[in-house]
Order: sequence, then C-alpha cells, then structure tokens
Amino acid sequence: MKRIVALAEYCLGCGLCAVYCSALHTAPDLDLVRAFRQPKRLAAGITVEKNLEFAVARSCRHCENPYCVESCITGAMVKDPLTGEVWCDVERCVACWTCVAACPYGMVTISQGPHDQHPHAQKCDLCRNLSEVPVCVLKCPNEALVLVEEEGVA
Amino acid sequence: MALNLIRPQFIVERDRERCIDCRVCENQCANGVHRWDQTRREMTLDTSQCVNCHRCVVMCPTEALTVVATPHRFRDNANWTDKAIYEIYHQAATGQVLLTSMGNDRAHHIYWDHLLLNACQVTNPPIDPLREPMELKTFVGAKPDRLLNQRGEIEDDLPPQVELEIPVMFSAMSLGSISLNVHKALARAAQELGICYNTGEGGLHKDLRQYGKNTIVQVASGRFGVDIDYLRAGSAIEIKIGQGAKPGIGGHLPGSKVSSQISETRMIPRGTDAISPAPHHDIYSIEDLKQLVYSLKEAVRYQKPVGVKIAAVHNVAAIASGVARAGADFIAIDGYRGGTGAAPLRTRDNVGIPIEFALAAVDNRLREEGIRHRLSIIAAGSIRNSADVIKAIALGADAVYIGTAALLAVGCHMCQKCYTGKCNWGIATQDPWLTKRVNPDVASRRLINLLRAWEHEIKEMLGGMGINSLDSLRSNRLMLRGINLSDKEREILGVLAAGE
Amino acid sequence: MLREGEVRIPAGCAIAAVIDRSKTRFSCQKIVDALALMRERSNGLGGGIAAYGIYPQYADCYALHIFYDDNLCRQRVENDYLSRFEIALAEEIKTRKTRQVNRSPLIWRYFIKPRLCEYDDPEQDMMVTFIMEINSQNLGAYVFSSGKNMGAFKGVGFPEDIAEFFCLEDYQGYLWTGHGRFPTNTPGWWGGAHPFCLLDWSVVHNGELSSYGTNRAYLEMFGYKCSLQTDTEVIAYAFDLMVRRHGLPLEYAVQAACPPFWKQIDADQDQNRQQLARTIRMVYSSLLLNGPFSIVLATGRGMMGLNDRIKLRPMSVATQGELMAIASEEVAVLAMCPQPDNIWQPEGGVPALGLLKGESSLWH
Repeated sequence: MKRIVALAEYCLGCGLCAVYCSALHTAPDLDLVRAFRQPKRLAAGITVEKNLEFAVARSCRHCENPYCVESCITGAMVKDPLTGEVWCDVERCVACWTCVAACPYGMVTISQGPHDQHPHAQKCDLCRNLSEVPVCVLKCPNEALVLVEEEGVA
Repeated sequence: MALNLIRPQFIVERDRERCIDCRVCENQCANGVHRWDQTRREMTLDTSQCVNCHRCVVMCPTEALTVVATPHRFRDNANWTDKAIYEIYHQAATGQVLLTSMGNDRAHHIYWDHLLLNACQVTNPPIDPLREPMELKTFVGAKPDRLLNQRGEIEDDLPPQVELEIPVMFSAMSLGSISLNVHKALARAAQELGICYNTGEGGLHKDLRQYGKNTIVQVASGRFGVDIDYLRAGSAIEIKIGQGAKPGIGGHLPGSKVSSQISETRMIPRGTDAISPAPHHDIYSIEDLKQLVYSLKEAVRYQKPVGVKIAAVHNVAAIASGVARAGADFIAIDGYRGGTGAAPLRTRDNVGIPIEFALAAVDNRLREEGIRHRLSIIAAGSIRNSADVIKAIALGADAVYIGTAALLAVGCHMCQKCYTGKCNWGIATQDPWLTKRVNPDVASRRLINLLRAWEHEIKEMLGGMGINSLDSLRSNRLMLRGINLSDKEREILGVLAAGE
Repeated sequence: MLREGEVRIPAGCAIAAVIDRSKTRFSCQKIVDALALMRERSNGLGGGIAAYGIYPQYADCYALHIFYDDNLCRQRVENDYLSRFEIALAEEIKTRKTRQVNRSPLIWRYFIKPRLCEYDDPEQDMMVTFIMEINSQNLGAYVFSSGKNMGAFKGVGFPEDIAEFFCLEDYQGYLWTGHGRFPTNTPGWWGGAHPFCLLDWSVVHNGELSSYGTNRAYLEMFGYKCSLQTDTEVIAYAFDLMVRRHGLPLEYAVQAACPPFWKQIDADQDQNRQQLARTIRMVYSSLLLNGPFSIVLATGRGMMGLNDRIKLRPMSVATQGELMAIASEEVAVLAMCPQPDNIWQPEGGVPALGLLKGESSLWH
C-alpha cells in the first residue's frame, strides 16, 4: 500500500504541505486564493512540527489496525480492503470526537468544508479521488515528502 | 545614537488580493523581513532587511509577492551614483572594509559575446550529432613531447591524466563558503557525469571520500584540511595561488560560518575567522612553486596530476610559462568575473583581467615557446553557457570550470550576500536551518540536467562546424570571428574580424 | 585581392595516383587520362602532377623546383640561399606555350647537395628549415618540390593541360600522383595548386580540414611554418612530424590522424590495443584530421590512400598485376587499371597502401 514518508533531513518547515492539503480538499481545482477566502475551510491532514532547526511533517499513518476505525461508532471511518487507505465517509460521520481521542498520533480533527452540511472527522486520505499523487508530496519544495509503495495490503 | 543614512534598497510588494496569510514567507526569510502582525491580523514587513534573494517570492504559493528595486533615488549623477554614495555611508558608519560576494558585476564588455562561431556550408558538410558519434572526451594532464622514445618504444610512465567525459568541471568552492549538502550534490553530479568537482580550500569532508575519483583536492595558502590522506583522496591536486574574484589576497571565511563541522574538516577552532594568507608562505618565487609541485608529486608517488590555479592578471602569459616549467600538469586560470563567497568589494571590482584575453595570451605564449602540450589549461571566470565553453576551447582551453553557473543551477539568486552566512537558498551558509534547503538529490539532479543540456548544445555547435571530436577544436582560432572588437583586442585574441 | 597564403581557400577536387610496384617506369599517360576523365571535379584554377623516379641520373641530389616572379627574384635566391649548396645542375624547366596555360612564372630546377660538415642538425631537418625560410618570406620565390629523384609539376590550369605545358610526355616514373583543383576563390597563383611537396613527401588532397586551426597551432610549435594556409600543407607536415621526426610507424601515424571512436576503443577487449589507442589519441590529439578528406600521401617508397574516419569523400582503389591505382572516381581508376584484379572502396580511416616490392613502409 502507499505511504507518505517524511524526511526530516530535508523538511524546510515551510508548511506548504498543509497549505496545499487544505486547499485541495476545499477547492479541488487547487485555486488557493478561492480556497483560503472560503468562510469554512477543511483542516489540513498534515502538520509541521518545528523546534529550532528541526522540522518534519506529520500525517496519518494509515495504521494496520487503526484505532480510529475500531472506535468509530457509526462505521464512517473505514480501511479500504484493497489499498489499505483509511478514510472517512462524511455522510456517516456524526462528529462524535471518538476517533480524535483514539488516534495515538493525534492526526484526526473535526472540520467543515464549504460544501459540507455538517462538521466531520478530517484526516489525511492520501488525496483519494482528488489527485493521483498526494498533493503534499507533489508540492513539497524540497522533496522532503516521499510516496512509497509497500508490499501487500497494510 | 547617530542617524542611519542607509535606506532600504528593495521594496517588497504584497498583493493583498492574493495573499492567503499562510506565513510561508515569514518562516522562510532568514533576514526577518516578513512578520505576522497578531493585532492587525495581516502580514507586515521590515523591508530594510531585504536582500532581494527572492526566496519569499518563489515560495509564496499564490505568487502574491514581488521584490523591486526601490524607486527612492538620489538626484541623477553619473559620477556620484547611488551605489557610490551608499558605499561612503556604509564605511562612515562602520569603519570597515566593504565586503561582497559572487563575481564582478560591472558593465564592462563580455568578450565571449564578441566572438562568433563558424558553421560549415557547401565545401564541408556539417555533421549531425543525432546520427554520428560526437566525441567530447578530454584528458587533463601533461602530454609527452612524442609517443615513442629513442628506442622506438612507448614510454612506460606516461604522465598521469584525469579523464573527463565532457570538458566542464565544477570549480573550487570551499566547504565553509558553501554547505556540505551542496558539496554532496556536486560530488554526486560529477560522478554521474564523469567529470570532477573541486574541494576548494576547505578540506574534504569524510562523507565525500567515496567520490575521490571525481574530486580535485585543493591546497591553498591556509592549507586547511591538508594531510597525506587528503592528498591521496582525489584524482588530482590543485595548488591555489589565486582566484579571479580577488587576485592577490587569500580566502576569507567569516567566523559566523565556522560551525563544528567546518571546524573539524578545516582543522581550525570553531567560530574563528578563517583568513587564508595572501601568498603561500612557502612560495615566494617560481622556484619555490616548483619545490611545492614536486613535493606534492612525491607525496602521491607521481600517480596524480598536480596543477596550479592562478588569477588572470597583467603578465599572466609569463606566469603561465613559469608554471609550466615548474612542472605543473595543468594550470587553471580564473578571470576577473570569477565568483567568491566573500571578498573586499574594491578588490573584486578592480583587480584582474578578463579570462578571454588571459586564455588567448597564455595559449599563444606557450605555443610560441613550444611547450603548450606540457600542461592542460582550464579556463574559469564566468563561463555562463555552452557557447562560452566552445569559445573557451577554441581560444585554447582544454576544459573549463563552472562555479557561479553551478550554484545558479542549485538555486542561487545572485543577491551577493553570501558573506553574511544567511543564504536563504541554503547554499552559502552553515546554519542547519538553512542548509536543509538544499536536498542533494534535487540539487544533483539539477546539476546533471544543466550539464547534459550543455553537452547536447556543444555537440550541436561542433557538428555545425564540421568537427566530430573536441580534439579538433582546441586552439582552433579560425573557428572564431570577432565582432565589435578593436584591432588590438582582436590581435590579442588571435581572431579575424567577421567578414574576413 | 588577397594572395594565397593570406587567405584560406578550401579545396574541392579530383585526386589520382598510380604506382608500379616493381619500380618499372612508365609514362604520364595513365595519370593524365585519369585526371582528364575527372575534369568536372575541377574548375581549371589549379592542377598538378608529382612523379617519382624521373631523375635517375641525379638520384642522390635534392631536386628543387622553384617558381620565381621574375629574374631579379631568381638572382637574389640563387645568390643568398642556393649558394650554400653544391649545385650539380641549374636550368629552366622545359615548358611549351599552350592556349589553356599561360602567364606562368619563371620555373627553374636545381639539383643540389648540402656541403658536408656545415650543419649541426640532421640533414633533412636542415633542408626543411631552409625551404620554409625561403617560402615564408616575400622573396617572390616559392620552392614547390624538394625531393630526391622526384618532382612536382603544377600550376593554374586543368591538370591535363598542365601536363601538356610541362612536356610531361618526356618523363618516365614509377609512381605518379595528380590533382585537379576547384578552389572557391580565384587565386591566380601557381604555388597554390597541388600536389604539395616537402622533401620526398607529396600530398594530393580532396577535402577541407575543420581541424586546420588546431593542427596548425600544434605544428607551429615544432617549427613548421604554414605559409600557404592550405589544409594540404598541414597534412604533409603532420606526417612529416610523426613519421620522419618522431619515428612513428605509419600505422600509428594513421591512427593519430584517423583514430577509432572512443566508443569503439572503450569496448575493445584487447588491453594492449586499447591502451595503445588511448595513448596515441592522448599524445597526438591535436593532429586528429577532422573534416571530409581523401588524400594520397606518397614518398619514393610508395603511396597511401586515406579517407576521413566518417568517409565524407569518395575514393576507389584498384590493383592490376604490379600496378595499383587510387582515384576519386571509379572511372578514373579503371582508366589506369583497365583490367583490374581487384577494385574496392576503402573504409573511412583505413589506409590503402601501395608500396614498392621490398619496402615495408612509406618512410623507414
């Protein structure tokens, strides 16, 4: 399955990965100006940790046995049996915050986009249905985010 | 506190329609120009710190930023220009020597652009590089007078050579003036391309020893990092007598750029200024140089070429002749446009001569004396593109060095502030927050792309001249014609006028 | 208008050569017929023929053929230069007036021997220096042939007309080379025609050297004065340097002038051959002859035909009994060997050697 690997050695701490993630999920044509002017904008699925010269981007690990999926009360959080990707079915999500608490990495938040009826769980979905290659990997200015293909389903 | 007379040189314009307050400009500017104002909830800036490096402009995801030269000017004065006035203000404020970086930026003639190339028509068919072999292989090193000795046999010990797949190498840029990541990129690219990069006077980092076959190690006046392992690590040794940007003075690395990594590699204390002496204090004359050349040859058991790098100065032809007779296997001549990490402004802008003339003069003189084959000539000092490479070879060079062009490929924006150690592109700095900005994978790829592109262009131009081997372009002045040159300039360059 | 030597004139043209390997002498008819057949390749502005074995009675003298602008020039050269030698015979070369060839300079021939014990350098080096000294100063004189028991006959005109002008039917030789020129300028100067001769070397050349500037710059370091500014001159000097002065075997010199491509050398499994090829290319890189050419290089021992390494000019070779003929066109070769045992087009960079029986190389 595909995974995003972050290389701390080359991370600039610029935060562009988060900018593009949020923008793409808010405006699929990647018009950043329009996306950022929306009254409601989806939170990014990737965040940058910084301390002095150290920086690295964190995103959902698409775990083998995801706590978020296990704890989801409506079955909105699912792990795709073929690709291994963990994603949230927005229709079913009731924003109960269980997955947010359950995730040991803190990679889930509750957010609402311009076309959403209600807030819902939001996290990295490997840009499912939005981009062939995750946009953070594409746009990282220093190639510090790498998409790796791993053997078998997670 | 007295008045600060220095006004900001640049204005950063922010298009508020496009700015999305992502704060990337803020976290990327090492000079602290951009700032998020919490109370007004918008981006604000201190333009006085801007050095026009374009980092924020390039990184801004919505292209909301532009940097322009300030329209704030003094009254028009062709003698006391804005630049001349500000230089006085700086010195009055600090009492210091004005420093600068990169190469001479004055508006003198660029003589490469006054030379035109030939192409074959009718009497001689041009050669198609896509269909016919086109050979760019070059050997740097001394060549023997003849193939066979008196007994009719080939000599066993031919002088050692450095074999290059293309006649372009990366110029000496010390570890210290630039970061280890850039050195890694240069080393990897040199290996991939089958050429060499030069360590410069900062020593050879242990992580780079594996690229020894593609490394020229430099022995400069400060002798930083020079020990027996260092000498044996590379494929050639270069004694640095001078460099084009600052003939007559030594290297200068401000203490702020001497990190622990630099300290270890150069074998000097952390935080101390690394100022190389002007001369090598054991080379005060040509006979002293000969001694050093041979000591180095002994140290590597005559297995590697030992050459000398000099700046292009007034009597460069005579100096080159002396260098050849001192046993050097190659001579690198650095013209006045050569780049540097740090140099006094006055020296950079006023000392030295153009490489085009120096190269032609040296080639002529060595041929007149019948000793041109005793060493290879490497030309440097602003080789900007593949046409400059071709012209340099036609004027007599065996190969060229590129320094500035390589850094531009890696991302440099020529702001000329390398000496501050705050290179926003992560190139001319040791600050770990900044050096990350050069990913050696990305940078080496860009360097390889640059030289592969030049390689193709060179082959196209060669084929156009009806030549299929670079051997037949060396010193072939008849392939050049001069345009907008005085008679004297043409005479020195040894080229006819266009139309002749 | 600039004279030849002050301006570069590229050569389009016709070349031909024929040898009797048993050293039996024959008339000029073969070479003249061959060149006449290739008339279309020339434009009448230069032609010439070199012949070996034509002066058996003066075989140990250098036979100098010299053009003079006028008698004043001749006297000056005879007094100041030729007086250094023992002169066995000095005479004007016999010519006949023809409609096609006129306005010739004075053409004289001298059989000379250097006086013994007067020079330190090897005799041949001394002769080369002497000839270049005369030719590089504006004395109104030009030494255009300087070998032993051989001579060149050339001028402004079609080669067959030049042959008529020089009464070549009177001569018998065992090796003839010839050339018809198509210069893209109007030189009007007799010295510019081919063959180019230096000592026993003669070169006829069809082509243009793109590497001329490089070759010349290298040769000038060794004392050669390229006063004619022709490619042919540089070819002759290159072989003179490599074969005569540096003592290279002819195959090595050919490999320096037409080396195999690096791709081929790098892939060579034979270590010794690979090392030799690399070394030759490294040492003599400035003598690589780049650009299209077909040449015939000849000495008293035989001749060699050679094409550039990507074969951009035509050349055919044929053998018939003791005869071997080389020419730019097959029809010309057939004119010289009408019933050939073998006829072929050599590959680029591969020499076609026609040596006298008992000789193993062109020079030594």
